[in-house]
Amino acid sequence: MNQDVKTTIREFIVENFLFGDTSVVFDDDDSLMENGILDSTGILELVAFLEKEYGIRIANEEILPENMDTLNNLHRFLEKKMKLEQAS
Amino acid sequence: MPFSKDDLKIDPAHETERIVSFMRQTVGRKLRKRGAVVGISGGIDSSVCLALSVQAFGAERVVGVAMPEADSNPESAVLARKLARQFGVRFIVEDMTAAQIGFGTYRRRDEAIRRVFPEYDPTYKAKIVLPNALDETGVLNVFQLTIISPEGEEKTKRIPPEEYLQIVAASNFKQRSRMAMLYYHAERLNYAVVGTGNKNEHEQGFFVKYGDGGADLKPIAHLFKTQVYQLAEYLNIPEEIRKRPPTTDTYSAECTQEEFFFRVPFEIGDLVWLGMERGVPVPEIAKATGLKEAQVENIMRDIRQKIRATEYLRMEPFHLDTKEEVVL
Repeated sequence: MNQDVKTTIREFIVENFLFGDTSVVFDDDDSLMENGILDSTGILELVAFLEKEYGIRIANEEILPENMDTLNNLHRFLEKKMKLEQAS
Repeated sequence: MPFSKDDLKIDPAHETERIVSFMRQTVGRKLRKRGAVVGISGGIDSSVCLALSVQAFGAERVVGVAMPEADSNPESAVLARKLARQFGVRFIVEDMTAAQIGFGTYRRRDEAIRRVFPEYDPTYKAKIVLPNALDETGVLNVFQLTIISPEGEEKTKRIPPEEYLQIVAASNFKQRSRMAMLYYHAERLNYAVVGTGNKNEHEQGFFVKYGDGGADLKPIAHLFKTQVYQLAEYLNIPEEIRKRPPTTDTYSAECTQEEFFFRVPFEIGDLVWLGMERGVPVPEIAKATGLKEAQVENIMRDIRQKIRATEYLRMEPFHLDTKEEVVL
């Protein structure tokens, strides 16, 4: 699942925020905000995508840099979130 | 000298002289216009710009235009009139409500609001807000929609991206139609349009491109909001205007600029930003503002992100040079 989540989100970002331009290189630990890939509208779009794609509900308090700002952060956050959803 | 709020202090007399000289040179020599039109909202920034225009060109060469519409606070036009009278300029009121109805401003905005809150109707008030940046968790810019029923019941939800963009795009008709009206008066008089944005608005992108951002010169775009207040006192701007909290005057519900965009009080945000620009270490900024270092870092990140995210607002339209090659 690890690679799949990151690949899925990376594809969403490249397709929606970069017009499919794969020449823009960003690593799994690169800040999406500091690199100008994600802005405030982008955050709304990304959250809406994650909620739909993974069938989860993300609270405003969870929309933090440590959950959303890099692909690795997003992956860790989603893994935790989905475990909680399954447990409940 | 340790970094402190005193670092934001300006010499208002000297600054006024510097700005007035810039305005005369720009309007007279570069733009070759004969005076200035200023949209006045009863707020601090436009009031200061009107006063500066009077010093630069003389009251007889300045026109103040108030442009209320159905959602405007009626107090705004009253204060604008008072200001125009005090400074002896010609004063014009243009009611922009019919123009907004023509553009479908209210209809398009309300359609989007109803998709989030089906119970919403024109008897409700609405606004868009951001979380406060002093929160130590560092919550990101997540736009939320608040509606207030006629009975005062308030409901808030995060806005989905499509609805957020439609509400903002519809509301932006207000600023764009105001710009069109200001240029009507400027062109008929052969005057320049004075933009009233301060540094916070100009650099963090709190303006509408080709709306309130559309102007011939922006005399206070280099000044922090707290410095505009210093200038306002020096220029004798009426106290009711100086004491009024800065609002967007765009949404039907009362909405301060802090709630909608800046996320922190100006006296804190300005000092953090100045410290950031001067490379002052975070612990020193924290001491000067009375904040925790984590809070300072959150505010710095928010400012940097806004400047970066709104770069496109400050860009001129792009075009190819005649022989420029592009990668196909």
